[in-house]
Amino acid sequence: MELLTDIDLEAEFEKEASALEPAIRCTAVTKEFGSGDTRVPVLHGIDLDLPPGELALLVGPSGCGKTTLISIIAGLLDATSGKVEVLGENLGGMRGANKVRFRGANIGFVFQQYNLLPALTAAENAAVPLLIAGWNRHKAIAKASEMLERVGLGPRMKALPSQLSGGQQQRVAIARALVHEPRLLVCDEPTAALDAHSGQTVLELIRDVAVQPGRAVIVVTHDSRIFHFGDRMITMSDGRIDDVKQVENLRDDETRGSYRGEFN
Amino acid sequence: MSWVALRMLIGDRTKYLGIIFGIAFATLLMAQQISIFVGIISRTGSQVKDVRDADIWVMDANTRFVDEVPPLPESDLQRVRGVPGVAWAVKMYKGQVTCRLESGQYRSTVLFGLDDNSLVGAPQQMLEGNAEDLKLPDAVIVDKAGYEYMWKDEPIRLGRTFELNDHRAVLVGVCKVSPPFFSYPVLYTRYSQAEKFVPHDRNLMSYILAKPQPDVSAEEVCRRIEDLNRNETHRKLAALTQRQFFWKTLKYFLGSTGIPVNFGITITLGFIVGVAIAGQTFYLFTVENLKQFGALKAMGVHNTRILGMIVLQALVVGAVGFGIGAGLTAGFFETTSNITALAGLGMLPETMLGVGGAVLFIVLLASVVSARRVLFLEPAVVFRG
Repeated sequence: MELLTDIDLEAEFEKEASALEPAIRCTAVTKEFGSGDTRVPVLHGIDLDLPPGELALLVGPSGCGKTTLISIIAGLLDATSGKVEVLGENLGGMRGANKVRFRGANIGFVFQQYNLLPALTAAENAAVPLLIAGWNRHKAIAKASEMLERVGLGPRMKALPSQLSGGQQQRVAIARALVHEPRLLVCDEPTAALDAHSGQTVLELIRDVAVQPGRAVIVVTHDSRIFHFGDRMITMSDGRIDDVKQVENLRDDETRGSYRGEFN
Repeated sequence: MSWVALRMLIGDRTKYLGIIFGIAFATLLMAQQISIFVGIISRTGSQVKDVRDADIWVMDANTRFVDEVPPLPESDLQRVRGVPGVAWAVKMYKGQVTCRLESGQYRSTVLFGLDDNSLVGAPQQMLEGNAEDLKLPDAVIVDKAGYEYMWKDEPIRLGRTFELNDHRAVLVGVCKVSPPFFSYPVLYTRYSQAEKFVPHDRNLMSYILAKPQPDVSAEEVCRRIEDLNRNETHRKLAALTQRQFFWKTLKYFLGSTGIPVNFGITITLGFIVGVAIAGQTFYLFTVENLKQFGALKAMGVHNTRILGMIVLQALVVGAVGFGIGAGLTAGFFETTSNITALAGLGMLPETMLGVGGAVLFIVLLASVVSARRVLFLEPAVVFRG
């Protein structure tokens, strides 16, 4: 596998952005769990377009369906009805193995609880997506080490997760999520397990390193302290999208404050 | 991803060592008990195996195993010698007799009375003395284990005398034989000497040992000998090859004693211990890593690959545990090889193959039970914190 330089990558991303194809398009997506008398509807007719090159925040109270929606977008769950197109591909039309392969090649994940492998070092953890893709171990670790340098963990490459702070572990997770150059980054409550300062640092990192012209970033959160990092805010409640706001409207304290009250 | 699987396994040192301990212990228990069982049950026919110079054993048709011998009349010897294909046939006595030592103590012994001229059935391996010395008056040879039993802690000394049925017996040799099933000394003497040593019944001859002619198989000669039974005026005879008589004796002890059940219970317990410890610990290991497996699935690892990782982990602990267990078993038999009571017991390749199969079953079962949790895990659960 040929390593692309940063300049090549930038050109690739700009080409993608210029196509103006949404990275994510959901059309009348619904999701129900269970069947018969135990059937529980979770998502009701979700319509959503998210372009690449933006950081979108998905916010809402607990139980409103945020995690279900991003699980469907990431190909981890199937929608009950509706159409889900991610990076131009119709997920509903994909068979299991193809979906797994698509996910591995195109989507990066940052989890709330990091989910690092405790027996692997920081560099080895960050290299996992490349190993999944079949990279040679040494080359994968070398590439992962470069990514760890970019997220500021160069001196801690050989540390085990147990030797890292929460913020550092999340940075390893971010490096892992980006090492294979995914076109979609999905972050589920990346700051929930972190203190305020670490949370800010993590979002700054995501903002600076992850958001690029050809890549869409979606962050599920109800941490109002990080709202100002977003380019777009999608508000959900009771399985529906209530509102989609652009970044300018999130910059002032009053608007942020109103959201804080809504979701805390 | 194989490398990742092994790192995940070895990284959890407590569970890794726990599973290996379970497998090693189960291997040791199963291998040791099976080896001891095979060794002990083989002893039931050891005295048949030790007779190397004759291929055919002729006996009363009611004989069930080598120690239970209805005596035959001498005329049967001539009948057998007259069968076409028999190169030669000699008589042999086998029975139990009590001896009185110089100290006044009594010991039960197994006595073989061998054909006076040919000494067919004489021990093959002499430690002291010469088998030919059985032709001396009152001569007796005893096996090494028997000597230690009769004269505990005393060095081997030929020329010792003791009494059998109030008749003087002189020790002329000490031999090495396959350990008998019953822990009695094994004595060898001439047939004519045995007639004096043994309280007299009407008939004395226990077996007729025979050899087929070179151009006839032993099985064919056995069939011809049993054809003599068509003459219903004579006692019915059974003729078996050495191998057949060995297995007949073995099967009797397998079917008529509690030995297989006793050992079978211990071996089964060893297997269950292996399944319980390995299975439970491996399952716990997988459950504790469920989130990590979920993350791997989310990141694009297919179920087939996940299953491969889990099976690889199981095979590695199985191989390491089996190796340690087999080593401990070998060490046990090596350490005890000089103990007379445990002589002849050891690991057979077939035993280790069987135990290896059992260990493979244990680890695969553990991996299948653990894998179920992971294979049916929805990757979306990693989003739920």
